[in-house]
Amino acid sequence: MRSIKKNVRSVQSIELRNVTKRFPGVLANDSVSLSFESARVHTLLGENGAGKSTLMHVMYGMYAPDEGQILVNGAPVNFRSPKDAAEYGIGMVHQHFMLVPSLSVLENIVLNYPSPRWPFLDLAAARERVLAMSNEYGFGIDPDAKVWQLSVGEQQRVEILRILFRDASYIILDEPTAVLTPLEVKEFMGVLRRLVADGHGIVFITHKLNEALEISDKITVLRSGKVVGETAPCDTDKNQLAGLMVGREVVPTWQKRGAAGEKVILSVRNLSARNNKGLKALKDVNFDLKEGEVLAVAGVSGNGQKELAEAIAGLRRVDGGEILLGGTNLAGLDVKHRIDSGLAFIPEERMTMGVVKEFSLIENVILKSHGTPEFASGIFLRAKKIRESAVQAIKDFDVRTPSPDVVAATLSGGNIQKVILARELSSRPKLLIAAQPTRGVDIGASEYIHKRIVQIRNEGVPVLLISEDLDEIISLADRVLVLYEGQVQGIVPPNTPVEEIGLMMTGGSTHYVVDGCEDSETPPTPK
Amino acid sequence: MKVRIWNRNVLVNWGVPIAAVFLALVVGAFFLGLAGANPLVAYRSMFYEALGTRYGLTETVVKAVPLLLVGLGICIAFRTGMINIGAEGQMIIGAITGTAFALSFPGLPAPLLILFSFLAGFAGGALYGFIPGILKAHLNVNEILTTVMLNSVALQLQFLLLRGLMMDPQERAYGTGYPQSASIVEAARLGRLIPRARIHSGVFIAILLAVIVFVLLWKTTIGYRMRAVGKNYDAAVYGGIRVKRYLVLSMVLAGGLAGLAGTIEVVGVHYRLLDGVSAGYGFSGIVAALFGQLHPLGTIPSAFFFGALLFGAERLQRSVGVPSAMVHVIQGLVVVFVVSSDYLTKRFLQKRVDVGFKRIRQEGVAAPEELPPQGKSNE
Repeated sequence: MRSIKKNVRSVQSIELRNVTKRFPGVLANDSVSLSFESARVHTLLGENGAGKSTLMHVMYGMYAPDEGQILVNGAPVNFRSPKDAAEYGIGMVHQHFMLVPSLSVLENIVLNYPSPRWPFLDLAAARERVLAMSNEYGFGIDPDAKVWQLSVGEQQRVEILRILFRDASYIILDEPTAVLTPLEVKEFMGVLRRLVADGHGIVFITHKLNEALEISDKITVLRSGKVVGETAPCDTDKNQLAGLMVGREVVPTWQKRGAAGEKVILSVRNLSARNNKGLKALKDVNFDLKEGEVLAVAGVSGNGQKELAEAIAGLRRVDGGEILLGGTNLAGLDVKHRIDSGLAFIPEERMTMGVVKEFSLIENVILKSHGTPEFASGIFLRAKKIRESAVQAIKDFDVRTPSPDVVAATLSGGNIQKVILARELSSRPKLLIAAQPTRGVDIGASEYIHKRIVQIRNEGVPVLLISEDLDEIISLADRVLVLYEGQVQGIVPPNTPVEEIGLMMTGGSTHYVVDGCEDSETPPTPK
Repeated sequence: MKVRIWNRNVLVNWGVPIAAVFLALVVGAFFLGLAGANPLVAYRSMFYEALGTRYGLTETVVKAVPLLLVGLGICIAFRTGMINIGAEGQMIIGAITGTAFALSFPGLPAPLLILFSFLAGFAGGALYGFIPGILKAHLNVNEILTTVMLNSVALQLQFLLLRGLMMDPQERAYGTGYPQSASIVEAARLGRLIPRARIHSGVFIAILLAVIVFVLLWKTTIGYRMRAVGKNYDAAVYGGIRVKRYLVLSMVLAGGLAGLAGTIEVVGVHYRLLDGVSAGYGFSGIVAALFGQLHPLGTIPSAFFFGALLFGAERLQRSVGVPSAMVHVIQGLVVVFVVSSDYLTKRFLQKRVDVGFKRIRQEGVAAPEELPPQGKSNE
C-alpha cells in the first residue's frame, strides 16, 4: 500500500532561533531558541499564557514569526501555512480536536489528503493502511466507526493517526492529557512511548508537573514568552519546576481547619435533568452537603457535572427531584430567588456566563446585587455606593487591573475569575457551587482561588466543587462524589487511591483493588 | 460608571466617526461625479442649503426631531440586543393613534389634548413594538424579520385608513378623495417657534427625552439590566435578571418613542395624517443612533447632522440637478464607514488598556502577593 504514501522528508532535528511573536499588546514569544531531536519526548512546560501554544503554532506554520528563524535539519525553512510544515513531517494535535463528528474515522483521516484516484476517494487502500498503523501502535481504532461515537481518548488517537497517515516524523501535542481520565492518561503515555521507540519526535505541551517528569526526555520551561529553564527529569523535581514556571516559590497559603459539621445545608434528592440534546444527563442524584464541607464532584467531562451545577443554580430545568437548601425546595424557583436565598455560583463558562465582557469591572461586581437596597434606591442606582463597594471588593480579591473602569474582556482568565469570586463571595452566601474554578487559570491565581474557597469552608459555608483536576479535588475535598453517566457512582474520602477514583469515573467497580503496575509507572523520585 | 469612560475617551469616540464621515463624503464624491455633478459644488450647496440659510436651519431641526426620537428608541432596543428595524412601522402606528385621539376629542383643553395625544401615540407604537418583543422573548422568533414585516403591515393599514375610515370627510364630500385625514384642531397643535418656519416645540421634547433615556440606561437598575441582557444574555440569566421581561420592555419603549415621533410629526408639522408621514425616518433614525454610538446624548448631534444631510439632499436635486436618491448612497456610505471605524476605536482603547497592564506588570510583579504569616507555618 505504499502507493498512497506521499514523499515527506525525514526530519532529524528542528531548531528555533530567536523566535519572537507579538500580538497586539502582547509579546507572546520573546526571542525563544530551542532545538528538538527525533526519538525524544520534549516537554514544553509553562502556565497558561506562557507562550507554549503560540511557539508551537509558529513551528507548525500557523503563525509566521515576527523575528527569528526555523531550521529543519540545519537548513532554514519558511513555513507559510501548516501545509508547508506537514511537508516537512511536522503535525500537531490541537487542544480542541479538529474532527468532523458525523464522518467516520477513515473519512476524517483522508480528509484533505490527496487521493491517488482523484477525484474519487480510495478508501479501501486507506483503510488497510489505517488498520495497519492502528495495530502497529496498539490504538485499537475501528476505521469505520463514526467519530461522534468515540470517547475523547479514542478521538485523540484518531487525531494522531491522521498525522501519522501523513508520514509525520514530528508530532506536537497541545495539552493532550487535559481531557483524559487517569487511566486514559496511562494508556496515552504508552502510546507516546511506542511512537518514540519508532523514531518519532514528540513535543508535549503541558502544565502538569507529574506528567512532565514521567514521560519527558527533556523539559523546557517557558514563562512570559521566554525560556526560563531547560532540564531533564532526573535532574529536577516538582518544586523546582513549579518555581521556574511561576517565577517564585509556590507555597500553599491555606489550610483546612476543623472537620466538616454535621448540619445538612443542601440536600439533593432524586434529581433528574436533561442535557442540551434532550438526553438524560442526571439520573436520580442524591447527596447531602454539610456545614463547612467541600464536596468535590469528580468525573470525566460530560458525565453530568455541568448539568448538576446548572440544575442547582436554576439555569437548567429539572425533570424531577428536590433541591433543599435550608429546608426550602429550590427546584421550582427562578434564578433570582435562588440567589436571594444565598446561593453563590462560579460558573464553568467564565467568559460567556460569569461576566459581561463589555461591562466594566464595577458593573460586573454588581451583576447580582445591583437591585438590593444597598446599591439602589427605587429604580435609581447609587453610583457612589456601588463604586466604593466594588472598588473595595476588587482590592480585597487582589484583582490586578489598571482601573476598576476597564472592561472585563481586557483581563486575564485568572483575574476574571477573581472578579467573579469577589462578586460571589462578598454576598455572604449560604452555599457556594464552584464549577472548574481554576481551569485555564495560572498557578498564582489558582492558589489564590483555592485559598478563598478553603477560607469560606472554614467559616462554615458548604462548597460543591466540580472539577476535572484530580489534584485539586484531592487537596480541597472533604468528600469526593464520583459522577458517571449522570449517576452517583459513589461518595468516597479524598484519601482514596487515585486509581480507584479513576476507575469509578469510568463506571468501574467501587471495590477496585490497586494492582502491581503502580511501581513501574511512578515518576522518578526527585533527589 | 460607564459615563466616566465615555468622557475620558471622548476624542477617540468622536474623532474616529467624524473622520469616517469625512471619508464617506470623499467616496460619495466619486458617485456624485458619476451622476454628472461637480462634487465640491454639490457638497457646498448641500451644506449651505441646510445650514447657511434661515429656512435650511429650521428645516434641519424639523427633520432632526423625528430622527432623534426614533434614534433614542433604537438606542434602547439595540442596547438590549433587540435589532429593531420596525421603527418605521411603529412610527406610522403612533401617528395613526395620536391623530385618532386628537380628532376624537377636539373639545379637550389644549395641554390635556396634546399630552393625551402624545400618550396615545406612544401607546400605539409601544403596542406595535410589544408584538415582536413578546414573540422574541417567548418563542425566540427573530425580531429582525418580524419588525421588517410589521413595517409593511403598518404601511398598508395606514393606506387603508386614509382611504376609508380616517379619510377627511371633506375630501369624501367633494369627491376629490385625496388620501389624508381631517385637520386636527388648533388646540392639538404644537407651538411654532418662529414665524414663517415649521420649526416647533417638539425639539425640546425630543432633547428632554434624550436626557431621560440617558438616565434610564445608565443611572437606573432597569437600564443596567437591559444593557446586561443586550451584552450577554447568558450572564444576565445567570445574574438572576428576568431577561424576557427586559427584552419585551426594550421593544415597548423603542416602539413607544417611534410612535411618539409619528404623533409629533402630525401635531407639529403636518396637522393631519397623510401618506408618507413617516418619510423614512424610521430607517434614518437607526443610522442616526448608530452614528451617535447608540448613546442617547450622542444621538442628539447625530440626529441634527442627518437632518441636515436629508434636507441638503432634497435641495441637491433642485440646485445641482442630482437625484435626491444620492443622499441614500451617502447615508449608506456613512453607515459602512462608521460601523467599520468602530473596530478601530476598540483597537485604540484596547491599546490604552494594554499600556495600563504593562505598568502593572512592571510595578506590580515586583511586589508579590501578600502571603499571610500562617502560610509557611502550615507546612
